[in-house]
Formats: sequence, structure tokens, C-alpha cells
Amino acid sequence: MGSTAVERIISDKVGRAVSEGEFVECPVDFAYCHDGTGVLVIDALRRMGVDRIKDPDSFSIVFDHSVPPYSDQAATLQAKVRKFAREQGLKKFHDMGEGICHQVVPEKGYVAPGMVVFGADSHTCTLGSFGLFSTGVGATDLAYILATGKTWMKVPETVRVECTGRLREMVSSKDLILEITRVIGTDGATYKALEFSGEAVRVMSQSSRMTMSNMAVEMGAKAGFIEADEKTVEFLGRDGKRFSTDPDAMPQTINVDAGSLDPCVACPGSVANVKPVSEVEGAHVDQAFLGSCTNGRYEDLYEAARILRGRKIHEDTRMIVVPASKTVHMRAQRDGLLDIFLEAGAIIGVTGCGPCLGVHMGVIGEGEVAVSTSNRNFIGRMGARSSSVYLASPQTVAASAVEGKIADPRRYLR
Amino acid sequence: MIRGRVWKFGDDVDTDVIIPAKYLRSVDQSVWPKHVLEGIDPAFSSKVKPGDIIVAGKNFGCGSSREQAALAIKWAGIAAVVAESFARIFFRNAINNGLPLIEAKGISGMVEEGEMIEIDLDRGIVKTPRGDVKSAPLPPFLQEILRSGGLVEYYKLQSKLNQG
Repeated sequence: MGSTAVERIISDKVGRAVSEGEFVECPVDFAYCHDGTGVLVIDALRRMGVDRIKDPDSFSIVFDHSVPPYSDQAATLQAKVRKFAREQGLKKFHDMGEGICHQVVPEKGYVAPGMVVFGADSHTCTLGSFGLFSTGVGATDLAYILATGKTWMKVPETVRVECTGRLREMVSSKDLILEITRVIGTDGATYKALEFSGEAVRVMSQSSRMTMSNMAVEMGAKAGFIEADEKTVEFLGRDGKRFSTDPDAMPQTINVDAGSLDPCVACPGSVANVKPVSEVEGAHVDQAFLGSCTNGRYEDLYEAARILRGRKIHEDTRMIVVPASKTVHMRAQRDGLLDIFLEAGAIIGVTGCGPCLGVHMGVIGEGEVAVSTSNRNFIGRMGARSSSVYLASPQTVAASAVEGKIADPRRYLR
Repeated sequence: MIRGRVWKFGDDVDTDVIIPAKYLRSVDQSVWPKHVLEGIDPAFSSKVKPGDIIVAGKNFGCGSSREQAALAIKWAGIAAVVAESFARIFFRNAINNGLPLIEAKGISGMVEEGEMIEIDLDRGIVKTPRGDVKSAPLPPFLQEILRSGGLVEYYKLQSKLNQG
């Protein structure tokens, strides 16, 4: 029997053929964390008695969670991480303003196809869209990796998600991954690697693929792998070792008909509570958020701007736009997208995680409702315990902002 | 052997409800256990007693990688978490901080809140008033990390052995 791409990547790293279910000690090519998890990483290193990390050039810290700091304590903790970065001589340290870690690390070309990458953030699985193995861990695990250059893991079973057909107009990879989450459920892929394939994924941009892999963790998955191609190489500015699943590896396969998919939303409380937008249309929205590691890239801003151009955001709704990186922000500015948002009545936030995790830059109040391009709609995620979140595509978020309620973006086809 | 009183929770208890993000950027880490599971029951931290045990449904600890979730539970005095299944990052974080976890299929139906249960970690057995629930014991190296008190202590022991 052949091997899956993920098995082949880990085998290449470990130096022998490994297969699913095996526990292995695996060398790690690249690691990263952010201002939030960085504090505990430093604490753990100190308690371990590690003065110098093993390979400062294979480690990046990106400030994205509390930028700019929203409290004196957040600022104090960031200062501690900044000092650590200087002491360790980190060349890949990015202070506030560069962007979200999962966006900045590939934009800078720090990773390449075939690598094994660990990050102290659950959405590290985003990078699986570059034909590599990546997964999120906690701060102590990351500290151990920085000290030793390796970690333990169980080689995951792969579940292939074959997406046939091509997405229609106003249907994005966000709709596709929400539909997949509905099918698999919030724990249907626990400990497993998802591999997204099929025509819809093949013709998709690299940015759209990142949206797919980003949400693998919402199904409990360890990784969200997509085979690398020329688009991957163009995004990273470099190539690496390309791995694919052997035709006779025959992983469990789930088929999704991407060609007939309608826009959909994940209703409050669970990422898997996904319904076609037609069933939810009309639900009142207090705040629309366009951004995050899921959907804060240039194409996301572009698609939303297509709908918002020449229109106004509804008077009962406010809209916050947060580019995923400085690079995205500058390009959107150059191309006039930011003017479109500002003229429509939206505000533009500082690049970073923004209001996604409910601590600053757009926290929602008691009973308020947000429609968001981010990845989590848990109870109280974006603010008060009684507030709620609908997850949707950039197109659906833009259409909903215009109407002040959940709206079908297909009405805005121009 | 761990023996304690049970607090019950449902499926998909995520790390945002275990410790809401607004408490994470705190210089004073003793804040975290004071808000443990606040997203589900704001009074939980005042009711929980050292040695109590959490019993939950599927996918406990899903969501963010924040290690404060495992720490808040441990520092609140919870002796162990028994669940139908765990999300993988939380699972690693708990073991890495010496918080015992037991994945025991069927546990939700075997115990009511407030009842006493007993956990035999070595054999992977949970004794409830309605009978035993068996689980696969942790792989030996994970048991070793847990016995060391967590990954930091495990690392220090390994470094000492390598130098010795």
C-alpha cells in the first residue's frame, strides 16, 4: 500500500518510512508564535533552564493578537517578548504592524513545501495549504521544540476531501470549508490530517486555499494539507520538496460537490451549525467584520469591495475591516479598496487579529450580533456571553453590512 | 489513584469558555483559575473544591491553543478531567502541565454531577457508582511526562540523564 502525502513528509523528516498511528520523534524545520503565546513560551524556556534556543534562524515571532496593546499589562507582556527576541538575536521577529503570524510567515517565504512546521497557535494548520505539514501546539510544546529542535507526535491518518466541480460566482472557498465542516462536524477529524483535493481546489488561488486549511482545526484536525503547485511557489517566492499522496494509498475520502454549492453561514454557537444563506437571510446584524487569518487577504478585501463600491453600510450596522498584513493593507490602499470601504462607512483597523477573539478593536455587547469572516463563533467569542456570531464569506459579510441583516451576496452580482 | 467529586459538562467545551481571551494578557497569572469555565458557569470557580473532577462529553478543550485553559483548570484544583474525547492541542497542553486526562467512552452516561468517582491512571479505569469504564492507558512516554509533573520537568530530567 502506498503512503499519504503527510506520511511521506514525516517519513522524509524522521529518516525512515512511518505510517499512521505510529508515535514518532520528529525534527521540526520551522517554528513560530505570537505575542500572546510567546509570553508562556519564554516562561517555559526559563523554567527549563534554556538560555539560548537551538536555532534562532528557524524561529519567528509575530505580534498580532494585542496590537497595538490594549492595556498596560498587555504592553508589559509584549515588552518581555520583545526583549527576549533581541537577546536571542531573532532575525525573524516582527513587532506590531507587520500582520497576522499565519499570513506573515508564508509572505516572507520562511516556509517551503515539504517542511514540518509547528506554531504556538491553533490556526498554524493554515500553512498546510503550502504542501507542508503544519500544526498548532501550546506554549510549553513550542518551548521544547525551541530547546531541542524536535517534538513527539502521532502520525495522523489522512482523510481526503475531494471537492469536485468549480465554485460559482459569489461562492468562495469560505463557503466550501463551512460546508465541509457541516459534513465532518466539530470533532469528526480529531487527531487526523485532512487533505483537500479536486478540481475546485486545483483552480483556487493560494489565498483561497489558505482559507480552507485554516479551518481544519475547527473539525479537530491536526493538519489541513493541500498539494503544492506553481501558485504555491509564486506566493512563497521559493520551492521545496513536493509530496503527494500515492494513488494506491487510498485514504478515507469524502466527496463534496463544490460546483453546486450556495453561499452559506455558520450559525451562532457551533462552526458546524452551517445553513444555506437563504435560510438565515433577514437575521439582524449589529457588526460586520472583514479580516482575520481566515479571510483578511487581498482577494477577500477585493471581493467585499466589489459589493460595497458605491453603496453605504446600513445605518443599524457598523463594519470593521482589518487587513491580514501590511503587504495586504498597502496593496489595498494602492488599488483604492480602502477608499471604497471608507466611503461606504466602514472603519479600517490596524493589521493583526482584530476583533476575532473578542478583546479589542470591536468587541460586541450584550445581545449583539456579528457577522464575521473569521473562524470561530463559540459562545461569547467576540464579546459578551449573550452576544452571537455568524461566520460567512467576505461576499456575504459585505452584502450583510449593506442590508443590516444576513443577506445573500448573489443579489449583488454586477 | 485519584478520587473526587464530579462536575459535569457537555460536548465541545471550547477554550474560549474555559478561559475567555480577555483574561489572557494578565501579568498576574493567579487571575486565570478565578475565571475557569466562566463562559459556561460564571460561578464555577467559587463552587469548585481542590480534588474535584471534571466529566465532559466529546471534544473537550477544542478551539484555541491557549495553554491558560489547562492551567486554569489545574490551578483551580481540578484533579483530573475525564471526557468522551479531547481536542488534540488541549490534550497535549494538559499532559505537558501534569494535569491527568482520561478518555473514557461512555462516561457521560455513567455518572451524575456531585457523585464520587475513582480513577486508576496506570490501568486506565474509571470507577463510577454505576460500574467501571475502561479506557486505553496513555502511551508509556506520555505517562512518564505526566509522572515527571509535566514537559518542563521531563526535559530537565532528560538533560540531567544526558549529562550524567
